[in-house]
Amino acid sequence: MAIDADTVRKAARLARIRVEEAALQPLAQELSGIMAWIEQLDEVDTDGVEPMTSCVACQLPMREDVVTDGNKRDAILANAPKADRGFFVVPKVVE
Amino acid sequence: MADLTSLTLKAALDGLTSKSFSAEELAKAYVSAIETANPHLNAYVLETPDKAIAMARASDARRARGEAGPLEGASLGIKDLFCTDGVQSTAGSNILKGFRPPYESTVTAKLWRDGAVMLGKLNMDEFAMGSSNETSAFGPVTNPWKARGSNQALTPGGSSGGSAAAVAADLCLAATASDTGGSIRQPAAFTGTVGVKPTYGRCSRYGVIAFASSLDQAGPIAKTVEDAALLLTSMSGHDPKDSTSLDIETPDFSSFVGKSVKGLRIGVPDEYRLDGMPTEIAALWDQGVEWLKAAGCEIKRVSLPHTKYALPAYYIIAPAEASSNLSRYDGMRYGLRVEGGSLQDTYERTRAEGFGAEVKRRVLIGAYVLSAGYYDAYYLKAQRVRRRIAEDFDKAFLEVDALLTPTAPSAAFALGDRVSDPVSMYLNDVFTVTTNLAGLPGLSLPAGLDSSGLPLGLQLIGRALDEGTLFSLAGVMEQAAAFRAKPQRWW
Repeated sequence: MAIDADTVRKAARLARIRVEEAALQPLAQELSGIMAWIEQLDEVDTDGVEPMTSCVACQLPMREDVVTDGNKRDAILANAPKADRGFFVVPKVVE
Repeated sequence: MADLTSLTLKAALDGLTSKSFSAEELAKAYVSAIETANPHLNAYVLETPDKAIAMARASDARRARGEAGPLEGASLGIKDLFCTDGVQSTAGSNILKGFRPPYESTVTAKLWRDGAVMLGKLNMDEFAMGSSNETSAFGPVTNPWKARGSNQALTPGGSSGGSAAAVAADLCLAATASDTGGSIRQPAAFTGTVGVKPTYGRCSRYGVIAFASSLDQAGPIAKTVEDAALLLTSMSGHDPKDSTSLDIETPDFSSFVGKSVKGLRIGVPDEYRLDGMPTEIAALWDQGVEWLKAAGCEIKRVSLPHTKYALPAYYIIAPAEASSNLSRYDGMRYGLRVEGGSLQDTYERTRAEGFGAEVKRRVLIGAYVLSAGYYDAYYLKAQRVRRRIAEDFDKAFLEVDALLTPTAPSAAFALGDRVSDPVSMYLNDVFTVTTNLAGLPGLSLPAGLDSSGLPLGLQLIGRALDEGTLFSLAGVMEQAAAFRAKPQRWW
């Protein structure tokens, strides 16, 4: 299915990536080309085939619900774009 | 003293053991080789000479105390996808420039535990998304190899282009790399090096910056089959910090190199013989078959009927997983932040500026195929096709012990050649992506040169957890191929 500018706008919104108006159409064309190539998957009969989510057959392991790491506040905040007195500083979220 | 940088990992470890040279001398030789070459090749995005020399001195001290580990004193390069404690780790992206992880990836921690020394961080396609190293925020790596009589700059392949180029140009003894669709094996083929993608779950993904978590695996790029086996042995092993890490013993992979392969059954898949495949690659593949026949293997034609659907399925699954994994880059806790008028605007500007074109393209595809109304048609369909592909291998491995194929459909191509056509770039991985989808081990080794003097690789694919057989087969083929060519130093 061809992807139009509107669909790109929606996907960009979902992906939280700013795309300038003028870039929507070229991107739509590019993505349509890729999706058209992908659509050959429709040729494969997958009736009754279970989707494969992992190539590791075993069940995910369980562990005790205990703290295994931590007490690194300052080391972690050292990478923050903005931090103040032991906190991340973020844009205003609630008006 | 002979040029230490031209040694294999095995020869360097032997030289260190016999005290022919120290870890510090070895590290210094590499530091100076990198200083000369890197402005031309751009293989390292971060050189850590002070750290290398400090680690080498500590290694020499351990050896003097009689505490030498299996990789004691070996100078290695680390793909910038691996988090290294206190050392910038960017995955080749602007969004992570300046990021210094406060922790170490499990794979690199195991290398340091075994005595290895870090020379620096190696260039790569941004978030490992690319087949030519051209999506890196640090600019492309230039392949040390050039076509005979040409000055054209070639790609080293990708995404582990820095790792492959550094090994080929003697800028490290060996390197870590990662492979989501062919990112270890294709660059290895393009640079005349050996690359191994182990079985999914062999190497811990903890601290390896995530691209597509159900496909990502770490592995080595090295100068010889034995070197790759030595490095993979150290990199592997169970890790409770990665829930998909397999809780099994790691064999000494190097013990398989040199073993007889007599009586092994080798499959040659019909579907890998593509229309328009360069005749030199087809001929080299036939040559590989002859080498294995001569070593006593039984050759069988096999069919993997869903092969052609592997790449399209991959380009749904990998972007879907990537769009989810990369949602963590929101400009709040680490990495780049571009302030906007609102929280939403800050997110969108941060990601627009921080991600390059190919990463954006894939994140958008991922968001699209996972969005309401398309999830079943694209994502679930691709996962069903993925099972079909895995079943093809299951069937083939009832009849054969390993498969032999070309690694890539061409030799190294010119930088800039394919950037404008994403699909033609994606086709680089046509022979490698199937093993990622099925979780199987794959190994690429240099098997010859094409008519313009560029290296070509052959790939061995094995059953899950049967890397040992691949190392035995590759050892035999390495002997037969007697590949000794090295790129001419123009840097």
